[in-house]
Amino acid sequence: MKSNVGKFLSTAAIAATISTGAAAATLDDVKAKGFIQCGVSQGVPGFSNADDKGNWTGIDVDACRATAAAIFGDAQAVKFTPLSAKERFTALQSGEIDILSRNTTWTYTRDTALGLDFTAVNFYDGQGFMVRKDLGVQSAMDLDGATVCTEQGTTTELNMADFFRKHEMNYVPVIVQKADEALAAYATGRCDVFTTDKSGLAAHRSKLADPSAHIILPETISKEPLGPVVRHGDNQWKDIVTWAMFVQVNAEEMGISSSNVAEIKSTSKDPGIRRLLGAEGNMGESLGLGADWAYNIIAEVGNYGEVFEKNVGPNTPVGLPRGINNLWTEGGVMYAPPVR
Amino acid sequence: MSEKANSNSSFLNDAGNRALIFQAVLLVLVVLAGYYLFSNLQANLDTRGISTGFKFLNEPAGFPILMHLIEYTEANTYGRAFLVALINTFVISILGIILATIIGIVMGLARLSNNWLVARLATVYIETLRNLPLLLQMFFWYFAVLAAMPHPRNSIIFGDFFLNNRGIYSPSPNFQEGMGFVVAAFFISILASFFIIRWAKQRQQKTGEWFPAYWASLATIVGVTLIAFVLSGFPVEFELPNKSRFNVTGGMVLIPEFVAVLIALSTYTGAFIAENVRAGILSVNWGQTEASRSLGLSDTLTQRLIVLPQALRVIIPPLTNQYLNLAKNSSLGGAVAYPELVLVVMGTTLNQTGQAIETIGLCMLVYGSLSLSISLFMNWYNKRMALVER
Repeated sequence: MKSNVGKFLSTAAIAATISTGAAAATLDDVKAKGFIQCGVSQGVPGFSNADDKGNWTGIDVDACRATAAAIFGDAQAVKFTPLSAKERFTALQSGEIDILSRNTTWTYTRDTALGLDFTAVNFYDGQGFMVRKDLGVQSAMDLDGATVCTEQGTTTELNMADFFRKHEMNYVPVIVQKADEALAAYATGRCDVFTTDKSGLAAHRSKLADPSAHIILPETISKEPLGPVVRHGDNQWKDIVTWAMFVQVNAEEMGISSSNVAEIKSTSKDPGIRRLLGAEGNMGESLGLGADWAYNIIAEVGNYGEVFEKNVGPNTPVGLPRGINNLWTEGGVMYAPPVR
Repeated sequence: MSEKANSNSSFLNDAGNRALIFQAVLLVLVVLAGYYLFSNLQANLDTRGISTGFKFLNEPAGFPILMHLIEYTEANTYGRAFLVALINTFVISILGIILATIIGIVMGLARLSNNWLVARLATVYIETLRNLPLLLQMFFWYFAVLAAMPHPRNSIIFGDFFLNNRGIYSPSPNFQEGMGFVVAAFFISILASFFIIRWAKQRQQKTGEWFPAYWASLATIVGVTLIAFVLSGFPVEFELPNKSRFNVTGGMVLIPEFVAVLIALSTYTGAFIAENVRAGILSVNWGQTEASRSLGLSDTLTQRLIVLPQALRVIIPPLTNQYLNLAKNSSLGGAVAYPELVLVVMGTTLNQTGQAIETIGLCMLVYGSLSLSISLFMNWYNKRMALVER
């Protein structure tokens, strides 16, 4: 009996080390299964949204596709898990997904206490308010006494509370589990105001029956740097996801796009570009990747500007201006460390 | 040596001893498995740098809650938010149980009615609601029925009452000095009514004369309370609701989230209870009714004194299940923004603090003890109602 207990305990201990050890090498896991499991939203046009055939598109989707292109040379090697705001962190912590790319705000608490690591910012955002035009409201300072709908489990809830407290205004909060249900409550007139990040407001407005009947108020009440998140404790994996994003920003700065990357790789004399695209040496080695990792990202997903224009730019239904998400050289804040 | 072996084998051959050994082995396995799961959890939490513990309950929550029956602002703690949500869950469960019981009894009796129309209507109600998912019914009430109410600017107005898609607004009472006297009178009259009922019973047993004790005690309670109210000079002032720029403000409001969840829970569970009631009544032998009638008891008395007490023995055990279901189903209320436990604690609190294990543990503890207390109460009631065999 005693020896059996010992056996059981040692088996248990081994199993425990295996399951904790596995958490540290996400790259090996991902390579073994052949795809990345990516947590996305349940449908925010321009960020992560599935069409009627189940194809996912959006800025957040492209962050996962860029990582897949870097690892497998195949941007399609991604499987998506739609998550609500309140499910997202648990899904990542428990290992159900490898990357959480779901318009998630980088905050102190989330980065330090939740077992998460934020990688890079793929969209600089801020919270705003949307109201029906016929209310005649021109400013968020006129919202005293309004009923406000939002999705639960977000920084939005906290910012909204802070905003109304700071300006000593009353409000009635209607907090719904899913963004779509909050939008439905807003559409049926349960509340006067819908609040979330401004990009989200634009995306959700495009889903309403008559988008032109709603205006987004000018005030931005918070900073919302959005970007992909990984589990804490796996530095290599974090580096891969981070640099997949940085490569895209650098590529835009260097004028490399999906349409000219093949040409530039063969003709460029710039040693920096040659190293980046894998024409010289192997920059991917330190990430555990192949020499053409950056080339594949740009060829298959595009540079940051392309990703922005394709998904949320002025010519899409979401119709966002580039604004502060422009390159630092163009007056925005998109700035990536050099690839050296 | 051989003696020892013999006694050993006879020890193992004893069925009782064997059962004990198996149970001990099972217990050890369960404890080991639990220990393994716990240590694995701890190790994983450590490697990922997730902080643990219940300290977060003392930190300011920072988020608003739509409906709070106790004082609550964003500056209060997570612990207070938990309490607010707990009260909301209790309120919806208890009101739901009361309403569902009434609906269930009425509909159960209606389905057995000799009136063809009444019986068919009850059948349609029961079969429709029993067969549609509860969440769907909540969405129906919230998004289809209550949302179709007019905008606050076009509120339907009855005197000081406003009805619109933000809820039902009524004047809220502010109690003045002297209300204590009225409340005291109310409780004293309830106590008095017990004595009236006891006296009526005793007199009936002695003399056979019948006295309408229930009506008399109701009249006593209402009458005495009213008189006390007048004597103390109407100690209530009403704060009236008023239209403001966006909403109706002031007064009391019954929010549509609450109404939708309450209607959905009570009509849905009521349909199941109706079937329990019908089964209970059908289980009482028709001979009982015939015998009662031949004694000259009226139909009402036959139902109340002969059929129902026997039917209750069949009704109560499944009724307990329905009460448990209702209490647990209240967790669906979050889907239509009713701020109950799951929405506030497993939704917002979990997301703001990241304390998945603790918040989910708290919720399990609450639902576990809520269910256990309902079932303990119902078992006690069942024992009281059970057939006492002589």
